[in-house]
Amino acid sequence: MATFVVRRLIASIFILLAATYLMYILTALSGDPLEDLRTSAAPNKAELIAARTRLLDLDVPPFLRYFLWLGDIIGVRGRGFFNLGVTVQNQPVNTLLGQAIGSTLQLVTIATIVAVILGIVVGITTALRQYSGYDYGVTFISFLFFSLPIFWVAVLLKQYVAIGFNDFLADPQISYAVIPIVAVISGLIWMSIIPRKGIQKLITFLVAAVATAGILFYMDLTDWFSVPHIGIVGIVITSIGIAFGVTVISTGLKRRRALYAALTVAGLGIALYFPFMYGFSYGLELWGLVLLAIAAVGVSFAIGWFWGGNDRLPVARTAAITGFLVAAVIALDRFMLVWPQYANSGRVKGRPIATIGSATPGLEGSIWVHGVDLFTHLLLPTLALILISFASYTRYSRASLLEVMNQDYIRTARAKGLTERTVVVRHAFRNALIPIATIVAFDIGGIIGGAVITERVFGWVGMGALFQNGLDHVDPNPVMAFFVVTGGLAIFFNLIADLVYAGLDPRIRVS
Amino acid sequence: MSNLEPPIEPVSDVLVSDEENSIELKEIAGLSQGQIVRKRFFRHKGALVAMFVLLFIVLLAFSSVGFKFGDWKTGGWWPYTWNIAVAIENAGRPTLSLFPFSIGNHPFGQDEVGRDIFAVVMRGTQQSLMIMVIVGLIATFIGTVVGAISGYYRGLTDSVLMRFTDIIITIPVIVIGAVLGRKFGIAGAPVLAVILGLVLWTGLARLVRGEFLSLREREFVDAARVAGARDRRIIFRHILPNAIGVIIVNSTLLMAAAILIETGLSFLGYGVQAPDTSLGKIISENQVAFSTRPWLFWWPGLFIIAIALCINFIGDGLRDAFDPRQRRMPTDRALAKAKRIGPAGGMPVAAVVASGDLDRATIEVSGRGAGLQGGEGARGYYAPAPTEEDRPAPKRDDS
Repeated sequence: MATFVVRRLIASIFILLAATYLMYILTALSGDPLEDLRTSAAPNKAELIAARTRLLDLDVPPFLRYFLWLGDIIGVRGRGFFNLGVTVQNQPVNTLLGQAIGSTLQLVTIATIVAVILGIVVGITTALRQYSGYDYGVTFISFLFFSLPIFWVAVLLKQYVAIGFNDFLADPQISYAVIPIVAVISGLIWMSIIPRKGIQKLITFLVAAVATAGILFYMDLTDWFSVPHIGIVGIVITSIGIAFGVTVISTGLKRRRALYAALTVAGLGIALYFPFMYGFSYGLELWGLVLLAIAAVGVSFAIGWFWGGNDRLPVARTAAITGFLVAAVIALDRFMLVWPQYANSGRVKGRPIATIGSATPGLEGSIWVHGVDLFTHLLLPTLALILISFASYTRYSRASLLEVMNQDYIRTARAKGLTERTVVVRHAFRNALIPIATIVAFDIGGIIGGAVITERVFGWVGMGALFQNGLDHVDPNPVMAFFVVTGGLAIFFNLIADLVYAGLDPRIRVS
Repeated sequence: MSNLEPPIEPVSDVLVSDEENSIELKEIAGLSQGQIVRKRFFRHKGALVAMFVLLFIVLLAFSSVGFKFGDWKTGGWWPYTWNIAVAIENAGRPTLSLFPFSIGNHPFGQDEVGRDIFAVVMRGTQQSLMIMVIVGLIATFIGTVVGAISGYYRGLTDSVLMRFTDIIITIPVIVIGAVLGRKFGIAGAPVLAVILGLVLWTGLARLVRGEFLSLREREFVDAARVAGARDRRIIFRHILPNAIGVIIVNSTLLMAAAILIETGLSFLGYGVQAPDTSLGKIISENQVAFSTRPWLFWWPGLFIIAIALCINFIGDGLRDAFDPRQRRMPTDRALAKAKRIGPAGGMPVAAVVASGDLDRATIEVSGRGAGLQGGEGARGYYAPAPTEEDRPAPKRDDS
């Protein structure tokens, strides 16, 4: 194992060296770095050219200049370790790179997480309802999403989600013609997801449609879009729903102790709702919020542990998941509490959904206000990224689960008389996750460099901007900084993906 | 896995799958591999519709505004050309209307200087289609050759070629495309296509290598070798036809990816350069005009989506057609019919068992291939065992 990792790491270093060499030469030869000075009318043209040549060692031919660059990276030129040089404008690339990584991570992390979770959930459900209307519908939609150019989607999102929704917020009235249409559509979707026959199918449809219409009426009557809230009633309903839902999937309702543990956690969440909302959430810093989240999971785990009985771990797991989700819903309500204050603030002026940039300049307020600000800026790019990566994750997880469900051990599990939940969740789903886990590991390596077009469309100054500015000025240093990070991560996570696969699937041996 | 295995007791769902088997076997009895593939492909309605739509788009794009190929030039039946502005009618709005149906002078509208958008979009479609075909041909050729050689010869050849593939694959496609496009994009769309083709072959090479690694261990290859066939003959006449499914399916998906990457590059400004145009470039030029002239934006986007969607559906149909383990779910009526006729009317049980064995043999071989690869430990180096019905779509590179 260790020799395998070491051998792979050494091979990776050589691959990265070769790839950076190729990239450096290509970038350096892609144009003339002095072009803007040559065509300029400045009186001190010759000195400017000489200065830039000295700054970027342009008198050395590119295939040798690479080694000067490499010397700075490994620190043999006495200018510090991992020195990525300066740009044409004489800014240190290391500083730019730090900012760019932060900005890009902010953009892509949530999108990747949501796309993976959504893709797996939808893929699994379509595989379980193979050849249903839902399956065909999702298949078509994922093909459609897979064919969308992201910049085209981006412009549509800006027009209809941002501008359209902001216009709607100016006078948030859901027209009574829209409510029945949405209700019928929601009923149809639920009817095709939940497998029922005959009259039960109709009941599913009616329940879903009436519930949707009821929620929309409630939102309309309470002016929900101006003053969004979940409220104590909503928290009680969702918490108990989460407790039951998590228990059903995690251990099954027959495991009474798990259900009681989950309900205890939900009750604790409800009890802490008012103290949190109007008490200690004020003046909370980011680290405090993180600590609270960890505490919520830890306390829930402990509650599950005490309820546990003979087999504690599954019960504790159920309680911990419930605790996390309940805490998340309460935090969501806390964010909603500052929404009116945010939307009507002097900086935002009633048009909250942003089309460009990563933050409202000059906005002041608590972490809750900044959280909402981040949300409104992340909404569009995240949607765009999710739309196009959602397709491949659904297809992967659908194919993976179908493959597993046709294995003999699934037939054995059914023949033993296990419940369908146990067969699907414990025997099929876990094994279906193995190939998905490697793909996710591989994709995480690609996310930092993977959003060049998205960043450009939504005006985020991140890795994409670093790369593009460098390329436009025929300046290898920022381009190479971009590439060292993305290429290095890609190779590293490729290795991780192999190890994850070997770790999860005992049939694969690394030696 | 052997023929000695007793036939499975025919209980409920096993019985159903026997009937499915017999329907399947009756349908393909006496047909050649090519005929089976064709038959299965035409059964995929989405793929069939996609093929006709794509054919329509190709004919429309190339016949309407005409095209130039070297010195050979043909005019089109459309009265306007993509690079000449005419007087603006109707404030540039599209004259296409469905009720009552009429095309009018400028069905897709005009831009602010008066160019006919239908002609511009047709020209862009031509460029995108041409790029797609060139990329597909070049990438498929290189990928197949590199994959075949490294998979067949293994050892040092394999190591050298695969490390080279690793180097190329480390650089994101959009990045190397942008760097090369900046330098060569000015030379026109065909050059850009060649460059993209030289970059995009890596995934296919890995898949083909995986196929070759498992196929070269099969008996028919040993037989050919014992009969005295040379390496070249074994590679091209014996193994390659067996790997053709993987190659064709992945080339189609590659072509769909190529369209999106080209439009993405043109959008960033590193693709097709003015005065020529492409679908991505039209969108890029007009995205700020969305609120005033949305038609400048809708039509090129719709054509990109239509082409990419068609290619993806065709790829899906081909994948279903080539996958030997692909089973169509029989309709309830066909199942009921098979039940009525009973086992006597269907295939003999032995044939069913034999076919089951064949399937398992395939799984075993690819599983063994994967195990071998596990030794070298590189995900993506081996073809994943064929899934029940579809290999997943590849990850997009153009975000």
